[in-house]
Amino acid sequence: MIVRISGEDQYRLDDSLHDQLDKLAGAAHVAVDAGDAAGFERSLGDLLDFVRANGSRVGDEEIETSDVILPPSDTTLAEAGSEFTGEGLIPD
Amino acid sequence: MAGLTGRMSTVVKAKVSKLLDRAEDPAETLDYSYQKQVEQLQNVKKGIADVVTAKKRLQLQETSLQQQVVKLDTQARQAVSAGKEDLARVALERKNIAQTELQGLDTQVAELEDQQQKLTDSEQKLRAKIEAFRTKKEVIKAQYSAAEAQVKISEAATGVGEQMADVGLAMQRAVDKTENMKARADAVQELEAAGTFDDVTALGPGEDDIDRQLKSLSSKSAVDDDLAKLKGELGGGESGAGAGQLPAGAEAPVEGEPAAAEPSKEQPA
Repeated sequence: MIVRISGEDQYRLDDSLHDQLDKLAGAAHVAVDAGDAAGFERSLGDLLDFVRANGSRVGDEEIETSDVILPPSDTTLAEAGSEFTGEGLIPD
Repeated sequence: MAGLTGRMSTVVKAKVSKLLDRAEDPAETLDYSYQKQVEQLQNVKKGIADVVTAKKRLQLQETSLQQQVVKLDTQARQAVSAGKEDLARVALERKNIAQTELQGLDTQVAELEDQQQKLTDSEQKLRAKIEAFRTKKEVIKAQYSAAEAQVKISEAATGVGEQMADVGLAMQRAVDKTENMKARADAVQELEAAGTFDDVTALGPGEDDIDRQLKSLSSKSAVDDDLAKLKGELGGGESGAGAGQLPAGAEAPVEGEPAAAEPSKEQPA
């Protein structure tokens, strides 16, 4: 599968890692729902580190569509909580 | 994938399809996509220029504030030497405010630096993708039938569209951050305009609004410490904080501008 870390790169990950990725994303989601800023920062960091460590970077000249798009590494809790659901984060 | 990542993916994909829906047939998709890509690249360049402009403005303010800090420090020393503690206090209070503003500016310049780097990286990636798209569309046109070409071109356009949407996100965040910085720069400019960092030797008799504002803003204890340190350094042997010892109204020259150095008629608070 192709995973994009927004603002960084796309990575090619083995499909077998899907469950682990899902679990790490789940932890970040729980932190958002709990309004836990430190927890969110930590779990988002873990999630992105996992992708960087286990994936191989897709070349800039390769044109691939991502299966999963992850938020940027410096996403704030406020951004994660509200703006991803609306128009705010990505302009037309 | 649920939750956070799902939402993010959905938002980006919606943007991408909005980007591509505007064209009907494959040839149009191709031209339209390419045209949009090149436009987006121009936008990114403009975004980078805006960030650089904002950064330069803050850096100019930094330089100006650094000069104020040096000047106010010199004035404080001169005031202590001349036995004018009240004047020294005002100078140190202003120096304190200038230093606080400087720290804030440092952080923000670093943040803009970071945004500039990110956008430059994004621009390079998008440029590479667009170049790849340009090559690929020629190959597709040559190798595939019209129906197959439509699918292939649509795939490629979607891939580049995703990159464009992602760059758009980076741009939006950079713009937001730059707006915040502008607010900070404006605030510093207002302080400057209000004479907050002005030459204290030019201060008239009595306390003005700015002085009261200064006193409420600045940390008293820091100023007291600075003052004590200065007195120590300059060997002003008279014992510490005795405000009553000040020779009120004594005409001691401060810097080369004796006319401007009118000492306060009131005893310092």
